[in-house]
Order: sequence, then C-alpha cells, then structure tokens
Amino acid sequence: MSRGEEEQIPLYIPDAPHRPGDSSSFEPWKWHPEDLKKPKFDCDANETYEHAVGLVRVLDDNGEALGEWNPNLTLEELKLGLEHMVRLRIFDDRMMKMQRTGKLSFYMQSFGEEGIAIAQTMALNNEDWIFPTYRQPGAQFVRGRDMVSMICHCIGNIEDNVKGRQMPVHYTYKKGRFISISSPVGTQFSQAVGVALASKYKNLNEVTITWIGDGASAEGDYHYGLNFASVFKAPIILNVVNNHWAISTHYNIASGSNNFATRGLAYGIPCFRVDGNDFLALYSVTKWARERAKMGFGATHIEILTYRAGAHSSSDDPSRYRPSNEHEYWPGGDPILRLKEHLIKNSQWTEKEQEELEEKIDEEVITAYKEAVKYGDLANGPYPSSDTIFTEVYESVPWHLQEQWDEMKKWSVE
Amino acid sequence: MVEMNMVQSVNSALDNMLDKDQDVLLFGEDIGYFGGVFRTSDGLQEKFGKHRVFDTPLSEGGIAATAFGMGINGLRPVVEIQFADYIFPAYDQIVNEIAKVRHRSGGEFWCPITIRTPAGGGIRGGHHHSQSPESQFTHTPGLKVVYCSTPYNSKGLLISSIESNDPVIFFEPKRCYRGPFYGDPHNVPTWKNHSEAEVPEEYYKIPLGQGRLALEGDNCTVIAWGTMVHVSERAIIESGISCDLIDLQTLLPWDKDIIIKSVRKTGRCVIVHEAPKTSGFGSELSASIQELCFYNLESPIQRVAGWDTPFPHTTEWDYMPSTSRIIGAIKKTQED
Ligand SMILES: Cc1ncc(C[n+]2csc(CCOP(=O)(O)OP(=O)(O)O)c2C)c(N)n1
Ligand SMILES: [Mg+2]
Repeated sequence: MSRGEEEQIPLYIPDAPHRPGDSSSFEPWKWHPEDLKKPKFDCDANETYEHAVGLVRVLDDNGEALGEWNPNLTLEELKLGLEHMVRLRIFDDRMMKMQRTGKLSFYMQSFGEEGIAIAQTMALNNEDWIFPTYRQPGAQFVRGRDMVSMICHCIGNIEDNVKGRQMPVHYTYKKGRFISISSPVGTQFSQAVGVALASKYKNLNEVTITWIGDGASAEGDYHYGLNFASVFKAPIILNVVNNHWAISTHYNIASGSNNFATRGLAYGIPCFRVDGNDFLALYSVTKWARERAKMGFGATHIEILTYRAGAHSSSDDPSRYRPSNEHEYWPGGDPILRLKEHLIKNSQWTEKEQEELEEKIDEEVITAYKEAVKYGDLANGPYPSSDTIFTEVYESVPWHLQEQWDEMKKWSVE
Repeated sequence: MVEMNMVQSVNSALDNMLDKDQDVLLFGEDIGYFGGVFRTSDGLQEKFGKHRVFDTPLSEGGIAATAFGMGINGLRPVVEIQFADYIFPAYDQIVNEIAKVRHRSGGEFWCPITIRTPAGGGIRGGHHHSQSPESQFTHTPGLKVVYCSTPYNSKGLLISSIESNDPVIFFEPKRCYRGPFYGDPHNVPTWKNHSEAEVPEEYYKIPLGQGRLALEGDNCTVIAWGTMVHVSERAIIESGISCDLIDLQTLLPWDKDIIIKSVRKTGRCVIVHEAPKTSGFGSELSASIQELCFYNLESPIQRVAGWDTPFPHTTEWDYMPSTSRIIGAIKKTQED
C-alpha cells in the first residue's frame, strides 16, 4: 500500500511504567483525609469533581482516622472487618496451596484487595444485592456463607452448589443475595443496573452494588451500565476497581487518562475516588452512596484505587511482566495492616490479639478444608454426577436433550 | 525443518509474516509485552517493535472494530481474541461489519484481517474457556473459517489466512498447543517425535479450502477438525476398522472434493466435533454429503458431537466426544 513520504512516525503505543528489572516507584500521595467534604446526597455530578480527581481517605499515613468521612464504627464492627479480611487472606492461601496439589483446577486470590468487598458489604443492608466479579468473594463472609460450602464449590465436589459446572471462584450464593459470577468480564456491570431497576419497580428499598476491573472497564458493558444507571436513576453503586493490572496489561492501556473516577461525571453521575486499602474510607463512601440511592437520587460511581498484590490467577506468573515486589511500594500499603495498626494505635487491639485471631482463623480454615474434602475434590473425586450436564439447561428437559442424556449414560466415563 | 509445538509454529507464522509484510500488525489482550497468555506471540514485540505488536484495552468489540478500520484502510491486522468464548463482544463487528463490507460497498472496501482465537475443551476451563463456536461463524457469509490441528498445518494455514484478502476466523485448539490429545486426560504427550511437528522455519502455505487425509482406509470416512482429529485417529486405530480420516482444516469454504472422493469409496461416514450437535457444522456436512453422495451411502451418517448443553467443568470428559463414542459410531456405520 502507499505510504507518506515523510519519515514514518510510528503509532503511539503506551506501556507500563515499570517492567521486570526496573525498580518500582509510585508518586507519593498528595491527598489527606481531611481534604474532602461529604457532598449533599442530592448533589449534581459536577459537585463531585474534586472527589473524583482527589482521593477519599480516612486513615492517614500514621493510622489515625480523621476527617468528615470517618464512619465512626464501633469497636465491634472494626474488629469484625479486620477478622473477615484476615479470614479471606488465610482462606486464599489455603486455596492456592490446594490448587498446587490439583485439588482445584484454578484459583484467584484477592490479595491486597481484601478490604474492598468486605468493607463495602458491611456498609450495606442485608437485603441489598451484590453483583460481584471473581475478586469480591469476601462479601460472602459478611453475608454469612459457610466456608465449607465455598470450598466445596472451588474443589468441584459433590457438595458444590453449582454442581461442578463452573470453574473455581465462580460462586453463587442467592441466600446472601450474592449473584452468580460469570467468566466473561464486565457483563455483571450493566446487568446490575437491571437488578437495581427491578428493585425500584417493585417498590423495594433495596440497593445494588457491582464492581468491574480497570481492565474490563474497556468493555462496552461498563458504558452501558453507566448510561442506563444515569438515564433511569438506578439505585446502584457502580465501582471500578483500579488495581493497576488486567493480567499483564497496565491500566494505562485500559484508558488514555490515568483517572477512572471522572468518567462517570460525563454520564451525570456523582463520582468518587477512594483509597482501596483504607477500610474506613471504603465503608464510608459506600454508606454515602447507599443513602443517596435509597433517597431516590440514583447512582454513584466510585474508583477504588488499589494494587493487585498477587498474581492474576494460579495460571499467571507476574514476574514476566512487572517488578516482582512492586506491591511493596504501593502508597496505600496493605489493607489488613492498616486497619490493624489503626486499632493498635487507639489501644483497641494488640499484636498478641492479632496473632490469636490469625491462629483462630487458620484453625477455622483447616477445619473447613478437612470437612470439605470429605465430599471429594477435583484430584480424587467423587464429582457431581454427569447427569448435572443435562439438568437445569432448561426448566424441564426437552426431547432432544433427553435423547442425548440417555446416549451419554451409555458412554459415561464414571 | 525443526521440531515445534503448536505455540512455536503459530509464533513462527506470525514472525514470518511480520517480517515479510510491513502492513501486518498484531494486537490483542496481553499479546504484546507478555507475548500472550498462551505465549503464541512471545518475543515478537521485542523483535518487531511496539508499533507492530501491541497490547490493547480489554475490549473484543474494540479490537475487532479497530481491525476493521485498519483493514479497510490498507493494513493487514492479525488480532487475537484471548479465548474463543470471549469473541462474542466482537460478534456484531464480525458478523455485520467485517463479513459484509466487501459486498455492501460494491467491492470498494474489503477487510483482509485474521482473527486468531484459542478454542475447544480439555483444559478444565468450564463454561467459558472451552467452547468451540465455529458454526456461529460458518453461518456468516463473507467469512472464511479455519480450524488447525497440528504444528505443521497451523503454520501453513495461518500464513494463508493472513495473506487472504477476505476476513478469516482462525481457531487454534488450545488443548493441542503443547501436544496432541488422544482422548485420555491422564496421558499428556508432547509433540516430540510427531511427524506433524516437523515444521519449516521459513514461510510456506497450506491453501485455504483444502482438507488433509490424516489416515487412509476403505470402510468408513471420519471427518474431524481441531482436537478431534487426534481423538478420532486414536479411535480409528482402536476400532480396528479401516477408515479415511479427513482433517477438514478449512470449514468455510470446505473441501468438497476430498469428502466426495472418500465417501464414494467408503460409503459410510462419521463426523466428529466438540461443539454442540444441534446446528453444529456437522449438520451442514451431513446434509451436503447426503445431497452429493446419496447413492453411495450404505448406512446413515453418524455425528459424534458435544451435547446440546453448556460446557461443564468437573465432568468435561463426559461432555467431550471420547474415543469410545467415536468407535461406537464407526461400528454403527458398519452394521447396515
Ligand atoms: C470478555 C472477556 N475477555 C477476556 C477475558 C480474559 N480475562 C480474564 S480476567 C482478565 C483481566 C481482567 O482485568 P481487570 O478487569 O482489571 O480485573 P482484575 O483481574 O484486575 O480484578 C482477562 C483479560 C475474560 N474473562 N472475558
Ligand atoms: Mg485490574
């Protein structure tokens, strides 16, 4: 094909700021807990511009809780939040170990992001709907899901409530209003608007919360979700979890701007950016958004700024594409340590109590694990019956599936 | 010739084409710096530069649309959809736009793009890392559809696809990237010492529209593509029945001659694919074979396919066509 005569200017292609072999660094945060005030619940989108380009924080660098956004949680609530985060981290460690022995086919950790779903779910009411991605399993602990049943799903045994049909971490927990997770990224984000509008239509005082990754925010579903939520004033909390990475792809390849929060402003939705490793800030912003939704003013859009400390999944080796210890440089630190240090600082907690908590949870996870493998695991079976391939495809089994089902029984490898 | 697995052979085809034609660009999710989640573009960004091989936002619709635009403006993009299951956000762009632009513009614009995508089951991928959606594209006029099965044919077919001035959907059976799959999940061979793993490092082509006779025999014609070529090969050997095994390679337009010739000889036919049976590409072949070879057929054509259900996770070996099901079908063709 023909080309211009000028010396060729190659395409502009962005890259991650640091790759293996580079030393990591992040700009020091210029945001402080007392910077931002709470807007009115019926505010216009443009009144939240500062909240979108700034960062909502409660815990300062010294572990002090400051400013208007401090949710002033009771000690009981704070300890519960800490406990659930520790629970998730220890649970994840155990699952990763089991994955390596073949007891699960695959696993995805929440490492470094434990606070997000836990703080946000704690800020909601039990009737509110949760439409998660694979990185918000922690919400289930808040909603009281039995850990044994979570493990049974992950190891695909006969007690898996989704009957071995989906890969691990694709939980479903309707009792806790935790909606079934699907692999195609982003789809939940726009669907969640429908969930929220249904609640509204039924005149129920329920709010829906959903999340999407920085990477997946490039999918159309993100934009459908924002637009429908805006047009119909859906009672919904729309979160983008910016953990810097989508597998090997840095967020500056997901978006040409380095801010995800402000995108909602163009849709007329109030926007916040929040410190994703600050349990109190997450709780507080979510509570505000829930209040706004409940009052009928519609959606809130939140960028949760964090760093994916672990590998994308058990199949991933991040040392191939980023400096291996980069998460240690993240100005937001570790969500568990930050809440712990805050409590210790206020003389509400001690290192010893923390140790005891970790031992207790470790015990809890091991006990749950032992119980779960009694019902089988992926390496050794028993598995859900192969009949589960044919059930629940439709409400009832049509003739052509019945014929195939009968055919399968002739050849079953069980 | 050197020995390659199918990751290396695909990489080699991309390497040759980037080298040969500066209008060839590679892009997709995680394919640039990282070299792809299956490593098929490993080293190519470093070799050819970021403006030739690059990562995109996580947006299959955006990838396909951008490829469309580049294609009609004279470039020859080769894009990757990370898993065939994730091609659907791009479906509108592919089916309504890419496939039809030559026709709708009276031949003024066309789209010489290749959409590569790993497909098929056998990796414990559950619903959304296992599907084989070829018939969703063979039902679309304007597309060519290719499904490779070995290191040797993946390279030759991929080069032909990239050089095609029509858009090509190129399926790579991910279960076979590192070795053929013979239907036994506990036996994990590599491509080592396999005759189809001898691959020239240089440019070569296998024409689109031609099947490959993988085994020769007299009593039945078995037609398969992708991973099922290898499962069928093992089944044929175990059945003890002398069969032609046709690796179809290109599904659209498919090789009518090789099939007619074989079915006229054997009078019996089994079609094997992973995708669900109903409206699978086997239905098209079966209907055409009875139109073309009705008087040669000695028994009803058999289809061995995935069930008409979502692809399962823990029970995937009960879903994927097994050697025993294929043997059963071959034997059935011998009954009447
Ligand atoms: C539609 C679709 N395309 C591609 C994939 C493969 N994939 C799974 S997760 C992922 C990265 C997601 O990154 P992000 O949205 O940032 O979420 P994170 O993993 O960081 O939580 C990709 C590309 C997918 N699951 N779905
Ligand atoms: Mg991410």
